[in-house]
Amino acid sequence: MMEGNERPVEVSLQGVSKRFGDLVVLDGLDLDVHAGESMVVIGGSGTGKSVMLKHVIGLMRPDAGRVLVDGVDLCELGNRELTRFRRRFGMAFQEGALFDSMTVADNVGFSLRRLTDMSGAQVRERVEECLRSVRLEGTGDKMPAELSGGMRRRVGFARAIAHEPEILLFDEPTTGLDPVITALVDEVILDLTTGNRTTAITITHDMASAFRIADRIGLLCGGRIVAMAPPEEFRNLDDARVQQFINGAAEGPLTDPRETPGCGPPMDAVLAAEERTP
Amino acid sequence: MNLARSIERPVEELGRFFEIFWRVLLWTPRRPYDVRQLLRQMVRVGVDSVPVILLTAMFTGAVLALQSFAVLARFNAEGFVGSLVALSLVLELSPVIGGLIIAGRVGSSMGAEIGTMRVTEQIDALEVMATDPVHYLMVPRVWAMVVMLPMLVLLGDAIGMLGGYLVSVVLMGANPVVYLESTFRYMDLWDLTQGLIKAGFFGLLVGVIGCQRGYFTTGGAEGVGRSTTQAVVAASIAILISDFFLTKLMTWLTPLVTG
Repeated sequence: MMEGNERPVEVSLQGVSKRFGDLVVLDGLDLDVHAGESMVVIGGSGTGKSVMLKHVIGLMRPDAGRVLVDGVDLCELGNRELTRFRRRFGMAFQEGALFDSMTVADNVGFSLRRLTDMSGAQVRERVEECLRSVRLEGTGDKMPAELSGGMRRRVGFARAIAHEPEILLFDEPTTGLDPVITALVDEVILDLTTGNRTTAITITHDMASAFRIADRIGLLCGGRIVAMAPPEEFRNLDDARVQQFINGAAEGPLTDPRETPGCGPPMDAVLAAEERTP
Repeated sequence: MNLARSIERPVEELGRFFEIFWRVLLWTPRRPYDVRQLLRQMVRVGVDSVPVILLTAMFTGAVLALQSFAVLARFNAEGFVGSLVALSLVLELSPVIGGLIIAGRVGSSMGAEIGTMRVTEQIDALEVMATDPVHYLMVPRVWAMVVMLPMLVLLGDAIGMLGGYLVSVVLMGANPVVYLESTFRYMDLWDLTQGLIKAGFFGLLVGVIGCQRGYFTTGGAEGVGRSTTQAVVAASIAILISDFFLTKLMTWLTPLVTG
């Protein structure tokens, strides 16, 4: 296995820009994620983290710039090729996004039944295995509405990993979870990414979790990655924005729109803009 | 400005309608075929709608007979009540009223269901799991509508005629044999077929519009409510407008078909 940056680049965002109306959310963003790496992108609410993640998997197309996955430009794929290409991805959504008309087991086994030729028994076995890895064994027959928020999130997790994707995307995996479940979720991510088996891109604003699971941490601010380093170095970066985020200070460059436009408020505008674009 | 806006919106929605319709056609022949999903939708759309169709068709036929008696009596033509009721039902009332009822019952629930899936990121989740939402959600819903609405209308035809018969024979004292004979005397298979073709087309409209409104939902719970309402309103309008042109087309076809 190759070491560090010698590993091939698996996901590469090059000069990606995206605007919603007058609001520039991504502004020439560059990001390289190496195969088998666990990349964590942090940033305040409404700085465009989710928008970035949606570009990686082709749910949104950039106004300018390229999104390369293993050298394939997602923007050049047609709808059908893109759909097929997405088999290599697994994504866990912020609120779980479980199909509420299906049981937990059917949710987790969804991609297996649709995309593979596994038999019913094999699917059930894999589903149980995935549920066990998020400590939810035996909940397969429940409906999503019967679960707590944290449980739904973990089912979403199990669903994302079920078909053993090469690239995992986590949208705020630990936000709003209690510390024990957070640690558990971190453990699952660590377990998947150690041994260079899976590439993971996680967006979060939970610093404790970021330091635990990341090989590298990037700070998204003003539509670009403004700082990028392995966790130990990141903690000591001589960058006022990084230090403000790590220490959770209310005053600083991140919250001063004159110094860093687009890093802090107004966030409502971003959220409203995201909402407007299906 | 306002004028431009009021033209822009319908044109945009029309464009979206054809976009969804085209994508449904495109995805229909592609694997995997989800027969279970199709059957489930057929039950939801068709079987579950039987009671409401029975009720509305029965009263439509009954009131039609009542009115026809009043009008035809002026020409001493009560003998034609059966024909009038049957032809009106089969050609026009059963498909249109059935379509409107189904737009309200099924179109709205499609708009709400798919709209909710949109705002809770379930549509995104489908796409992420390499499943096209048009393929998975809309293909079975649209075809279930196209197949089941004609079936419901056929049922409505029969029950409507029964309603007309009951009113005429029991209430107005018409001769049962004469009435039945009058019912079927002027009606041929083509009349029945026209109504069913209309019904299939209305089913397509309700299905595509319901899916389309849901799919393009924005703005949380409020947006879902808006999509639901718009699905019903747009589908109802589309049914009534297209009914005119379909009828025109059918009357043009009639001499060709019946020879």
